[in-house]
This record gives sequence, structure tokens and C-alpha cells, in this order.
Amino acid sequence: MIEIHEEKCDLCGCCVGVCPENCIDMTESRISIEHEICTDCRKCEWACPFEVFEFKHDRVVVKATA
Amino acid sequence: MKESYDVIVAGGGPAGTTAARFAAMGGADVLVLEKDREIGVPVRCGEAVDHEGLIEFLQPDKKFIAAEIKNFKLVAPDGTVVKPNIEGVGYVLDRRVFDYELGRLAADQGAEIVTKAYVDGVMRSNGSVGGVSVQYKGERLMLKSKIVIGADGVESRVGRWAGMNTTVSMHDMESAAQVTAANVDVEEDTCFFYFGEKYAPGGYLWVFPKGNRTANIGLAVAADQSRKKHALKFLEEFMEESYPKASVLSKLAGGVPCAETLEEITMPGLMLVGDAAHQVNPVSGGGIISGMIAGKMAGRVAAEAVKKNDMSLLKEYDKEWQDSLGTRHRRYYKIKKVIYKFKDNDLNSIAAEISKLPESQQTLGSLFKQAVIKHPSLILDVMKLFLS
Repeated sequence: MIEIHEEKCDLCGCCVGVCPENCIDMTESRISIEHEICTDCRKCEWACPFEVFEFKHDRVVVKATA
Repeated sequence: MKESYDVIVAGGGPAGTTAARFAAMGGADVLVLEKDREIGVPVRCGEAVDHEGLIEFLQPDKKFIAAEIKNFKLVAPDGTVVKPNIEGVGYVLDRRVFDYELGRLAADQGAEIVTKAYVDGVMRSNGSVGGVSVQYKGERLMLKSKIVIGADGVESRVGRWAGMNTTVSMHDMESAAQVTAANVDVEEDTCFFYFGEKYAPGGYLWVFPKGNRTANIGLAVAADQSRKKHALKFLEEFMEESYPKASVLSKLAGGVPCAETLEEITMPGLMLVGDAAHQVNPVSGGGIISGMIAGKMAGRVAAEAVKKNDMSLLKEYDKEWQDSLGTRHRRYYKIKKVIYKFKDNDLNSIAAEISKLPESQQTLGSLFKQAVIKHPSLILDVMKLFLS
């Protein structure tokens, strides 16, 4: 999953421009990702001039079956 | 704000306000919606333009010109400096004031401008765009229009919401960082361009003076080459090495769609202008003047379509652009692809050869003049053509 470090973000729109899924929203004051649509392609992470995005591997939770 | 307009422009940058200005001048009822609180802020730009391009739209005025540029210097990776002789002048703008002025010119023609209004969707019916939805003062409003002009920048979504594919590819997106720095010793009438892997792989680094020992110092890296090292890191290293005593007055990120213009920049009820339509010079990354040229074309066509109540006329804008600057940008795009294949060694040897020539011969005629003023990095390819 892509995580956003909002405190680093300058709202430049690079990520929105390269996002193939059109799933990044950028208003006057913040950006957000629609995770249900995001495919973890990581283009936003690589295009960002300010290293705002961080890719984190999804944790796999193994439940014990009693 | 009313419920309905002839033309709604999403985005209040130079392309948007210029489109609004000429649409209103042609008699259309125009609304400009800007998501930020102020026209012209924040600035996301190196701010350089050429004189010839500027005067098509407004007279140069000290209030929005930070520096007058008489020279260009190109720096090769090994430090060799090439100074081509140029005849024309350019300017480094103060975009805050400049964009304000463009907003005023649109307003003078009767266009209504609303800031802090975020367009978050388009209204469609029968395959045609008929308005936008906008978040304003905590409410979501539906505004109708005969024509929507998407001038919403590199982050454009208006076209996508309407069904067009406006995604910028990773090799065309230039990922940029810039500081406006004070206490820097720069040549006050000279723009510097640095090339090479060290400075900006797949792009270039610029130092544009802004008067009184301040300068815009920035760089752009091709997004497909910035995976390991991002633009800001390149810039911080350069500042540390070249201007350790500088104070940073502002720091900004940006994205430049250095691509060919989109194949289609209109659809029923919708026109795209500026960065949203990828109308940036793909070699230099300059987009102020070309966005304004597109804005003027689109605004005029929109007014005509409204007047004649014939929306099929919107395609005229598409044709007019593609036949003029669109064609030129496609040619530049091919040149850009050549330039980006140059390795540091190639750049060094080109610079070395050119600098051997007597200064008077470093003009290489009017081609250079055009190339350097309008399209700074095009010169490298031109040099290669002359040397081979």
C-alpha cells in the first residue's frame, strides 16, 4: 500500500499527473489516495520531487484456527 | 456565482485566465474557478519568458518583471561554459504579480473569477460535458455551462472525468524542485542552464536571476529516472556545493508535462488548455506563453461557438492548435528524444567543440537565436547538427 507523508507534500500535482488510475485527489490543502482503486504501481512515489510517498508491503495476517 | 454560464474555466493560471479573457471579449458569459485562495499563488514555475512571446498578450511592465535577460550560458557536465550570442531579450517574471495582472485583464472583459473553489467533477449528458461540480464554502454546487475549459494544470483531472486519457507518461513527466534563493552571486542579466547526469538526469538545472542577488535555482529530472534520487535531493546537493551561503526564500515542487500535445484537446462541451493539454514545449519545459497562446485560441473559438450556438465549432480550436504550435511541439519532442540519449561525454565534447570557435561564430545564425531564447536546450541538438 502507498502511504502519504503529508507533511512533506507541496501539492505540486506530479503524482496526480502520472497516476494511471486517476485515484489521487488534490485539493487546495491536501492530497489523498483512493486505496480501493490504487494498484500500487508506485508511479506517484517515483515521480514525486519531495519523496512524499512510501510503498509499504501489505501485512499478511495469519489467523490461528482453533 | 450564478447557476449557469456560457463558459466555465477550471483553473486560474495563465492559460485559464487568458482563455477567459478572450472568451469574455467575444461576448461570452464566463466564470473562472480557481482552487487556491489567490490567483498566482503558489508559484510553480522557473518564470522565464521571451519578449516576443510576451508582447502578444501584454506590454512588459516593471511590476511583474524581476529581471531582464540578455545572455544565456550553457554549462556542460565538465564545467565548460558555452555562451551563444543572442539578439533578443527575455524576462524572468514575478509570476504572483503577472498572474494577477492576467486575472485583471480577464475581469476587465467581464469574466467572473472565484477563488477557493475546487472543481471536483464534470457533469455529462449524452456524451457531452455540460458543467462542473465545485466545492465552495463547504457546499457542493452543480454549475451548468455550454462549454467547460479545463485549464487545471499538470494535475488535470477535468479531461479524465470527461473520459479523455490525459495521463502523463513517466518518461515525459519532469519532476521538478526549485528554490528562490537570496544572498547569491549571480549574473543579473544571464540565465544559466546546467546539463548532465550529476545535475539533472533526463532534464536540466537552471539558475535564473531575479534581481538584487536573488535567483530561481531549480532542476527537473525525468520521472522515470528519479526513482533512486528525487529532484529535491539533487537540488540540495547543488545548493550546498555551489551556493552554501544562500538563504532560501521559497522552496517548491513542480511537475512539467514535457510531452507532445494530447491527440485530442476537445470533446463535445469541453476544451483543454495549457499543461492540462500537454501544451508545454517538450525541450525547454516552457509553458507560460504556449499556454496563453492556446488560451487565446480556445477563448475565441468558445465565444464564437456560443454566439453561433454551434458547439461543433470547438474542433476549430483543436485544428488551429495542432496545425500551429502542436506541429512544432511534435518536432521538438523528436529532438528531445535525441537530446536525452546524449551521455555526459557527448555533451562535454559538443561544448568543447563549440567553445573553440571564435565568439563571433558562436551565433550559428538566427536558428540559434530562436533555439536559445525559446527553447534553451534545443541548442545542443543544433550544435550536433552543425558539427557532424
